[in-house]
This record gives sequence, structure tokens and C-alpha cells, in this order.
Amino acid sequence: MLEIRYVWEWPVRITHWVNVLCMLMLSITGFYIGSPFMTASETSQYIMGWMRLLHFVFAYLFTVSVLSRVAWMFLGNHHASWKAFFPWTTAEGRRNFVKMFRYYTFTGKKISYEVGHNPVAATAYLGIFMLFFFQIVSGFTLYGMYAPGGVWSGLTGWVLTLVGSQWLRLLHHGVMWLLIGFFINHFYSGWLMDVKERNGTMSGIFSGYRYIEPRDL
Amino acid sequence: MSLDPVSNPAAIPEEVLARAEARGINRRDFIRFCTMTTAALALPVTMVGRVAAAVADTRVPVIWVEYQSCSGDSEALLRANQPTAGEIILDLISLEYSEVVMAAAGHQAEEAKRQAAEKYRGKYLLVVEGSVPTGADGAYCTIGGHSAVEDCRKLVNGAFATICVGSCSSFGGIPAAAPNPTGAISVMEAVPGAPIVNLPGCPVNAENLTATIVHVLTFGKLPATDSLGRPKFAYGKRIHDNCERRGHFDAGQYAQTFGDVGHRQGHCLYQLGCKGPETFHNCPTIRYNEGASWPVMAGHGCIGCSEPGFWDTMSPFYRRLPKVPGFGIEDTADKIGIGLAAATAMAFGLHGVASCFRKGDAMEEDKVVREE
Repeated sequence: MLEIRYVWEWPVRITHWVNVLCMLMLSITGFYIGSPFMTASETSQYIMGWMRLLHFVFAYLFTVSVLSRVAWMFLGNHHASWKAFFPWTTAEGRRNFVKMFRYYTFTGKKISYEVGHNPVAATAYLGIFMLFFFQIVSGFTLYGMYAPGGVWSGLTGWVLTLVGSQWLRLLHHGVMWLLIGFFINHFYSGWLMDVKERNGTMSGIFSGYRYIEPRDL
Repeated sequence: MSLDPVSNPAAIPEEVLARAEARGINRRDFIRFCTMTTAALALPVTMVGRVAAAVADTRVPVIWVEYQSCSGDSEALLRANQPTAGEIILDLISLEYSEVVMAAAGHQAEEAKRQAAEKYRGKYLLVVEGSVPTGADGAYCTIGGHSAVEDCRKLVNGAFATICVGSCSSFGGIPAAAPNPTGAISVMEAVPGAPIVNLPGCPVNAENLTATIVHVLTFGKLPATDSLGRPKFAYGKRIHDNCERRGHFDAGQYAQTFGDVGHRQGHCLYQLGCKGPETFHNCPTIRYNEGASWPVMAGHGCIGCSEPGFWDTMSPFYRRLPKVPGFGIEDTADKIGIGLAAATAMAFGLHGVASCFRKGDAMEEDKVVREE
């Protein structure tokens, strides 16, 4: 008998979609900041000024969203827990990781059927969280340069002793492209699983519900 | 409007002016020098009198040494466009040793340096120009038979304080750029823990050097510095944040190539690789040669010459971002990124097509009801 299970609690869904919005806005404005693709015809315009303002506003929003999600890793259900991002720490997780990897590479026939994330996806999200942290820290380091001795430069000044600001810019920019690559992968995989699992993968991130046949687990 | 000295906070006491005049300094030039230097040090206007008193009275012994340098910093000071600055500073200090301007040479000069260092031990200011090579036991730069490392350690340890002028003595500069064949290091690295202030720049801005010396004369100590040993009064703000072209940056008006319409109209040089956004220096406010000009004003982007390791970290000078290692010179981070995104999309697109034709892998097949 199919069961309707409430898997993705509201903080998971909200932070997910806030992250999507932030990444979209941060990529567009960040790309402009790195390489201005529009030029103003008059000095009274304020294109770069607005781009930077939006970048900083969405950077703060993104930081709040990511930190909220991290907090929920300790408050939410077991699908939201931090433990869910380390699937290969259990024998079952390792087995399902191999099963899923083989499915993706056309060497295995069956999907590893999961209520929450499959182990390959969970591993990818662990990496994505690392990239999020990297973008937040590198971003605020570059932002803090406007006021040496200020709050942000005080918190992030150590970063510039490890890597110069120009290399940090390049890395901040490069990670944006990695996240764009991840977005393509994530969108495709979600779609694929929506078709193959037939359990509401896509609608789950809007509603939180997934349709599970316990017999198949 | 009142010009009487009681209500004028910037007033210099008459007797101080008289003392300066007795030393042959023009009264107007002296006032101008004192107020400008006080401003450069970011001190309040009420400090002008104290600065003037210190400048009029004291003469500080200075030993100016050069290691791996091009003498560009000496030139920057000596050929300062402001005639009086050079004169006043040379009057302010008692230059005991300087390879560029001294008449003595050879053993005679080295003897003079040794004697000055002895006589004014703990009192002299040491100015160092150029990096210190440590490779081949210091053989790449020797003075009177002694290696630069040896000479530098001895002089720095005997000095009241050391002022590193230019990027080479401050951070190693061009000699220390990859592959650094001579093992060049900065003075701070050669003599860790000594009282050293760094005035990077290629060359040093003479006004910042003057202001630093005046600070020592006035307060008896080096100015407050940041984590890289640079005085905050001169390196506390980014070039970008004080730039006269900043309005064009915020508006979104950029020169795309040298000589195009934007460039001729004085638009922002960001797209031409200006490193103002990553460089801390007071160039836009102090400028060079008595405020005559500075690179961005002259239409060329900042190359970040006063930042640590600028030759390696700020290049390519005409590009916004560094070259991505392992890729060709024409590849930018964006070209590589678009390539990555396109390859990802293509790979997953093909995966999707293959997945469409896949049979028997979908779940819950027994529950599927196909509608008419």
C-alpha cells in the first residue's frame, strides 16, 4: 500500500528555494561585477552600484539561509539531519551508494529506492555545502576589504594571509561555475528520478510529501 | 574671518617660524610643508603647531642603504617635483650615508657608515631600499665585502627604527617574484621582530616617507601600522574607494580598450585590469610629484605595485582576474566556466536520452494504470 510520507519539513523547503533564488541572483550580479556586460550611457546611472548592492543583500540572505539549514540539521527529522550527508558511514549506505552509482553509469539495473536522499545525491550535497561555505567565507573576505579594521575584515582577515585577494577572486568566480554545473546536474537528476521512482521527487520539494511503497524499501 | 594666532587652530608659534627661517627655510614653504604633512598623517589641524616645532628643532641621523634595488625610491625622493619637500627633508634629516647622493666612495664611504652606526647607535633611522638576497650565502649582493643579509641585520638591530621604502624592501618586490633566483626576501623577513615600518610602492611616495619621518620626529615613535607593517595613514584605504573615477565605476561606465571613447572620456579602468579594488594605498589622495598626477589619473589602471608579491599576484596587469593555471594564456575563468557548463549540460542531456529508452528500471510498475 502506498503511503504518503511527510519527508521534507518546511525549513528544508524554504531554505532550498531561498538558496535557489540567492544563487540565481548572486550568479547574475556576481558575473556582472566580475565582467560588466552592460555599460551605462550616462553618469547618472547606477548599474554597478545596484549590482553590488543586490549582490551584498543576497549574500546576507544566502548566509542566513545556509546557517538556518545547518541549524535544522540538528533540529529536524532524520532526513534533514547532518548524519544524512554521510551515507557511506553505514554498510547499507555504502551498498546503496554502489547500487546508485551503477544505475547512473548504466552498469546496474535498479535504483536504490530511498525515502530521503539517495547516497550519491547526499554525498554531492555534502560537497555543495562545502562550496557554499567557501563562497560565503571568500565573499565576505573580499567584501570586508572596503573597511580594514572593520567587523568583516576582522573576522575574515586570516583568509587573505592564506591566499591573495586576486586568487581568492578567481576561486570565488570559479566556484560559481562549479555551482552552475551542479545546478544542471541537480535539475537533471531530479527530473530523472521523478520519472523513474514515481514517488513525487519533484513535487516533494514544493509540498514536502513523497509517495512511498514500504514493501519496496 | 580671523587670522589671529589665538583663534587659529593651525597656528604655528612665531618663534618656531623664526627658527625655521634662521635655518634658511622660506616661511611660506615651511607652513605649507607642515600643514600638508600633518594632513598626510591624518592628524587633526590642531597638531600643526606640534609638528612644526618638532620639524624646526630636530635633525635625525639617517642611514639610507640599498640592496637589490633600482634606486627608484631615492630618485622619487630627490626628484620630488615639490622643490621644498626635498630641501626640507634633507634639512630635517642628517643623511649620514646614501649611495646615490654621497660624495664618498669605496672604503671611505663604508667607514663613514660604520662610524655613523656606532655614533648614533639606537638613535639613527635606517632607510632600506631593495630586497635582501639570501641565495648562495648572500653572494648576489655584497657591500664592502659583506653580504646584504649581514649588513641589513647589523644596521636594523642598531637603529632606532627602520623604514622600508618601496615594494622590494617591504615585501621582496620584483627580485622576489617567481622564480626568485636570488632567494630575495623583505627586511621584515630578514630581521624578524625589529621595529620596522613598510612603505611599499614602486617607487615609494616621497610624501609618505616624509610624513613617516615627521611622525617619528614629532611623537618619538613609528606610526600605527596594519598587519603587513604599513602605516595606516597611508595604506588604510583601498585605491578603489578613494578613486576619482569611482563615480564611473558605480554608474557602469568603463573604458574597454585604450583609446576608445570611454577611455578618452575618463571612464573607469576596471575592464582594463585596474587593480585599484585590491590595492591599499593613498595614491588617489596624495598622488605623486606634489599632487601632479598618479597612474589612474594619467589613464592607466593601477597594477597593485604596493601589494605583497604584486608581480605574481596582480598579473596579468591588463586582466581582471589571474590566469587559470594549466590553461592557455587566452583562456579566462569565464571561458573555462562556460565550457564546463556546456559539457555538463551535454553529458546529462545524453544521459537523459539514454535513460528514456531504458526499460524495466522504473519503480512501482505494478501500480501504473495507463489512461485511455
